[in-house]
Amino acid sequence: MSKRKILISLATTFLLSTAAVAEGPKAGGVVNAVIQPEPPSLMMGLVQNGPTQMVAGNIYEGLLRYSPKLDPLPGLAESWSVSEDGKVYTFKLVKGVTWHDGKPFTSADVLFSIEFLKQTHARARGNLAQLDKVEAPDESTVVFTLKQPFGPFIGIFEVGSLPMIPKHIYEGTDFKTNPANNTPIGTGPFMFREWQKGSFIRLVKNPSYHVKGKPNIDDIYWHVIPDAAARSVAYETGKVDVLPGGSVENFDVPRLSKLKNTCVTGAGWEFFSPHSWLWLNNRSGPTANKKFRQALMFAIDRNMAKDVVWNGLGKVATGPSGSAIKYYTSAVPKYDYDPAKAKALLKEAGYAGEKVRMLPLPYGETWQRWAEMVRQNLQDVGINVEMIATDVPGWNQKVSEWDYDIAFTYLYQYGDPALGVGRNYVSTQIAKGSPFNNVEGYSNPEIDKLFADGAVAFPDSAREEIYAKAQKILVEDVPVAWMLELQFPTITRCSVKNLITTGIGVNDGFRDAWIEK
Amino acid sequence: MISFIAQRIAKAIIVLLALVVMNFFLIRMAPGDPAVVMAGEAGAGDQLFIAQLREKFGLNQPLPVQLFLYVKGIVSLDLGFSFRQQMPVAKLILDRLPATLLLTGTAFAISLAFGILFGALAARFAGTWADTAITVAALIFYATPLFWVALMAILLFSVTMDWLPSFGYETVGAGYTGLAHVLDVAAHLILPATTIGLFFMATYARMTRASMLEVNRLDFVKTARAKGLSDAVIQRRHVLRNALLPVVTLAGLQAGTLVGGAVLTETVFAWPGIGRLMYEALLQRDYNLLLGVFVVCSAMVLAFNLITDLVYRSVDPRIEFAS
Repeated sequence: MSKRKILISLATTFLLSTAAVAEGPKAGGVVNAVIQPEPPSLMMGLVQNGPTQMVAGNIYEGLLRYSPKLDPLPGLAESWSVSEDGKVYTFKLVKGVTWHDGKPFTSADVLFSIEFLKQTHARARGNLAQLDKVEAPDESTVVFTLKQPFGPFIGIFEVGSLPMIPKHIYEGTDFKTNPANNTPIGTGPFMFREWQKGSFIRLVKNPSYHVKGKPNIDDIYWHVIPDAAARSVAYETGKVDVLPGGSVENFDVPRLSKLKNTCVTGAGWEFFSPHSWLWLNNRSGPTANKKFRQALMFAIDRNMAKDVVWNGLGKVATGPSGSAIKYYTSAVPKYDYDPAKAKALLKEAGYAGEKVRMLPLPYGETWQRWAEMVRQNLQDVGINVEMIATDVPGWNQKVSEWDYDIAFTYLYQYGDPALGVGRNYVSTQIAKGSPFNNVEGYSNPEIDKLFADGAVAFPDSAREEIYAKAQKILVEDVPVAWMLELQFPTITRCSVKNLITTGIGVNDGFRDAWIEK
Repeated sequence: MISFIAQRIAKAIIVLLALVVMNFFLIRMAPGDPAVVMAGEAGAGDQLFIAQLREKFGLNQPLPVQLFLYVKGIVSLDLGFSFRQQMPVAKLILDRLPATLLLTGTAFAISLAFGILFGALAARFAGTWADTAITVAALIFYATPLFWVALMAILLFSVTMDWLPSFGYETVGAGYTGLAHVLDVAAHLILPATTIGLFFMATYARMTRASMLEVNRLDFVKTARAKGLSDAVIQRRHVLRNALLPVVTLAGLQAGTLVGGAVLTETVFAWPGIGRLMYEALLQRDYNLLLGVFVVCSAMVLAFNLITDLVYRSVDPRIEFAS
């Protein structure tokens, strides 16, 4: 293509996009998206897995939404304020909001939801640990009073973390067997219409949605397609328009992104900040030795993994916090790829070729390839690696029973170190039977104190200082080997506009999306 | 004949209960349990949450108690509740069974009809180019992995030619009714049914050919020829009918396994059937659902075995029912 043609093409694209912007959102149309695996239920108060949140994020709402920088945005609350001592949070609710069955949404529903979620939502229970009381002085005001200041509190109100549950449907019933669980009622922009198990879920526009003019789309079909290659083909043949992050294998992304009318974005994961690392068993074997763990960090070529396995998406992790998380600092010890340094450290550690068992994450081909690459890196510096194949339940059991030396994982960080980082390093979280706590068995009283203080320190500047110190200590000690800040690209038809507008991405619902005709 | 059937059904019930007990322990020997899987999916797994799930699912009870409760349920035709899907197992299976029966039934009919036809042709023209072509094609379809055939079929007929849909049971949201709906489902059925059918067709073709060639050498065929019967009549009435017994045996065994045997094809083509349900239940350690599918599949195998015995009799009247 000549320079002139490129210029004309760019100019045309600019004019077209300007025209599109000038025209503004269009009402109507159907979006076909992929959901995998099939959610067990859409009742967000009872089930909190990823697919449930992705679909039901359209049905339910939280009090707040969050920008890509994780600043709070209005949701069911139109405004909020925090007392000077950081202990009292007052929310003013949007007036005139109704549930999908026409009943009004009020502060009583908020109070009910808090009690409901304390019983059913593990993460909400942890997030609300500092809550002393919650009151509703009037129908549109809710006041949360904390036992002591809890910095991350303003960050716990998104739809997946604290969805609002209809009191009039659930009060006085057995939540788990309430028939309404199969026909979820929320306040969100879309209403549940139909679910053919194994095939699709259909949501339709909520005509009484409280944000005027929204949603723009009439119907959303979530197609259940279990095979990753078949999901790629479904997009390629035009049967679906949206492949949420993680829907297809990474090696398919470059090919799909070259298709006509296709846009790819890594945005919308800021709140979750999926952070990957290798669990290193700190209790026994070679990985109990700090120098051995440091050697691993130098031995693994994380840039190559990012470029080859993850197609250049994501970032090399510098430590326990993702860079989108509050109080992240890059001022920590560095572990660039350096096999010679790794070998020297292994010698210092007295490593004599003992077998090291490594568990790849059984989440598909991308993870398998990554494990192969790491094994090669480790073998190159003389580490004797044995790969152990498992399926997901097998992996869960081995990791939660501490039956491993090295194990791949990734976890969400939920915007704040007190919510999604500390749990993996403080000694109070060492407990067999769960694969998500301090599985590595790292125990450091100084780190325990820093995370305990950081959660309740006030104001924010005090928290910043505490978490900076914690990050430095952890990176020096290498309790786990941090790998990459993952990015799961969302692939869409370019004609589907405004799909991702917040830091929660597709999980925040399609309320702002519209289709360019 | 009635006492024969009654005896077989009684034996089948005993076998089924034995299978239930064996499967119950077999599933629980696999590492992991549904509570930890579900906690993992929720991205949170404090001890309280996992303990709550175990209590809810009854997994905190001793294993013999769990088995007793399960068998008690089975005897009263209650397959239990699915941990993950939060629905009765029987409803989940019944919802999915028609799709599987349609898929495997179609595949079975295609494979049986064309397998016997091609096998008979190959035997009739043994040693000619037609025989070689059929035998080689059968060998290829028999040896090629199903998932690869499925992916290549999707690539050719869905992506490149855009003739057939690549996934699902019907066009979602199209709202077809009547004949249009039937044709729409048929279009979705072609690729998965053919994929499964090709493998079985190859098996039946090879077996029919071998069996017919063997029967052709028997004395009664010479007698038939000596009587002056035409070759077509000999092949159809005498040779094929006698050669079909091993094919019927094989078909009977395979018909039972077809119910649960379409796991790969249902997964690749997103066909909402019972094979996929079983695969997903296995990955999620959804014990009750997995056991429920096993019970249904085992019952199907036993039922088809009985049907096979009855078909023997009509194919070869010399066979008698032993009581």
